[in-house]
Amino acid sequence: MKFAGFLLLLAGWAIALTAIILLRAAVPRNAFLLAGVATECAGVVLFARSHIGWGGEKE
Amino acid sequence: MTAFSVATPSDLAAAFCLLLVFLVPLAAAGLALMNVGLGRGRSAAHTMLAALCIFAVAALAYLVFGSAWQSFPGRPAHSIYLGGKAWNWIAAEPFFMRGLRLDNSPAAVAACLQIFSVGVAALIPLGSAAERWRLRAICISTAVFAAWTYPLFAHWVWGGGWLAQLGTNYGLGHGFLDAGGASSIHAVGGLTALALTWILGPRSGKFHADRVPAAIPGHNAVLVLFGCLLTLIGWLGLNSAGALLFAGVEFNRLAAIAINTFLGAGAAALTTAIITGTRFGKPDASLTANGWVGGLVAGSAACAFVPPAAAIMIGVVAGALIPFSVELLELHMTTDDPGGAIPAHAICGIWGILALGIFGHFPSSLPGSDSGQLLAQLLGVATLLGFVLPMTYGLNWLLNRILPQRAPRDGEQQGMDLCELGADAYPEFVTHTEDFWSR
Repeated sequence: MKFAGFLLLLAGWAIALTAIILLRAAVPRNAFLLAGVATECAGVVLFARSHIGWGGEKE
Repeated sequence: MTAFSVATPSDLAAAFCLLLVFLVPLAAAGLALMNVGLGRGRSAAHTMLAALCIFAVAALAYLVFGSAWQSFPGRPAHSIYLGGKAWNWIAAEPFFMRGLRLDNSPAAVAACLQIFSVGVAALIPLGSAAERWRLRAICISTAVFAAWTYPLFAHWVWGGGWLAQLGTNYGLGHGFLDAGGASSIHAVGGLTALALTWILGPRSGKFHADRVPAAIPGHNAVLVLFGCLLTLIGWLGLNSAGALLFAGVEFNRLAAIAINTFLGAGAAALTTAIITGTRFGKPDASLTANGWVGGLVAGSAACAFVPPAAAIMIGVVAGALIPFSVELLELHMTTDDPGGAIPAHAICGIWGILALGIFGHFPSSLPGSDSGQLLAQLLGVATLLGFVLPMTYGLNWLLNRILPQRAPRDGEQQGMDLCELGADAYPEFVTHTEDFWSR
C-alpha cells in the first residue's frame, strides 16, 4: 500500500506537468491538472493509511 | 570624528530591507518556544537545544551547498528544454556563496534572508517529531533539508525557476507566486514534518491498542502563547522582506502587508478559539496557538496582493482548518504531532497558496496576466504533494536506515533531557505527577 501511494503521488505530479506542457486548450488542461491533483490526494490517503498502527519503535 | 560616506537611495532601501530581515530570527525563536511548551517537561531542554542546533546546522548547510542550488533571479542556472520551453530547474552557483558579492545588492540581501528563513523552515519538523527524535539524527536530517530539499523548491519559486516562469512560458497568470514563503518555507517544512512523523511513529503511550489517542498536554502554555507573539514580529519581517525581494512588490505596500499579516493571524486564532470553545465548552489554548500560527502561514503567500477583508477571510478558513485537521490526523490517521506543525504549516500553507489564486489582485508591474493564476498555484501544490513529499520522505527514510532517528523506548520514557543530555530542564521540580509516575 505504501508503494502504491508513493507511485500515485509521483503519477499525479506527472499528469499535472504533462497537462501543462502538452495541452493548450483551457478546458482539457484544467481538467487534467485537477485529475493530477486528485491522483495525488488518493496517493496521500494510501500513503497515510499504510502508516496507521505503525509504532515506529525497533525492539 | 568619523565621517560616514553618503548613502545612496539604493543603500537606504537595502538597509531598510535588512532591518526587516533581522526580525526573521524572532519567528524561529517563537516557533522554538512553542515546540518546547507543547512538549512534556521531561524533554524541554532537549527540544530547545535541538532548535538551536537546527538553526545553526541549517545556516551552515545552506551556506555551503544550498545557496548554490537556490540563488536569485537573473543569476546562472541550469535549464532543460521541454515542449520548446526552457525549464529552469536548478541554480548553477559555486558552493560557499563564492559567486556572490555580499554588498547591498538585492541578491546579497536575499541571501541574508535565506540564511534565516532556511532555519525557520528546518525548525518546523521539530514540532512534529519532538520527544522521540535523536539529536544527532536531527542535525543530519536538517543538513539534508537545508542543503537540498529547501533550496531546490525555493529556487523554483523564488530563484526564477520553472514554477515562477509559468506565467511567461505557459500563460498561467503571473507564474507561481508566494510573497512570504507559505510554500517554500512552511509547506516544505510541514510536509517534511509529516514524513518524519510517519517514519518515526507516535510517542510511546500516545495511542492505546485500539488506536484511541491519549491526551498528552503541553507542559507550559505561557511559553506557547508568548512564542505566538514572537512569531508575529518574525512574520512581519519575513512577509515584508520576501514581498520586496521575491514578489516585485513596491515599498508603498508595506503597511498593507503588515496589516494583512496581523489580521490573518488574529482572525485565525479567534476562529479556532470559537470553534474549540463551542465544541469543548472552553477554548483550547494550544489549538488556539496553532490557529494563530496557521493564520500567519496561510496569509504569507497572499499578504502583498489582497485587501484586508480577504486577509481576514484567509485567516478564518485557516483557523477553522486547524481543529478539524488535528482531529483527522490523530483520530483517523494515528499521526502523533505534538507541536501541531502539520496542520499549521503544511495544511494552512497549502490553503494559503490556493488563497492567493482565489483572492489575489496583482500590480501591473508583474509579468504575465491575471487569468490562470489559480492554475499556477494549483501546479505549485501538485509539485509539493507529488515531488517534495515523496523526496523528503525518501531522504529521511534512507537516513533512518543508515542511522536510526528514533530514540530508544526506555530513553523516551525517561525523557529526552536525561536520555540525551544527562540533565533535566527543571532539575529542582517534579512538575507533573504523570511525569513522576511514568519514570
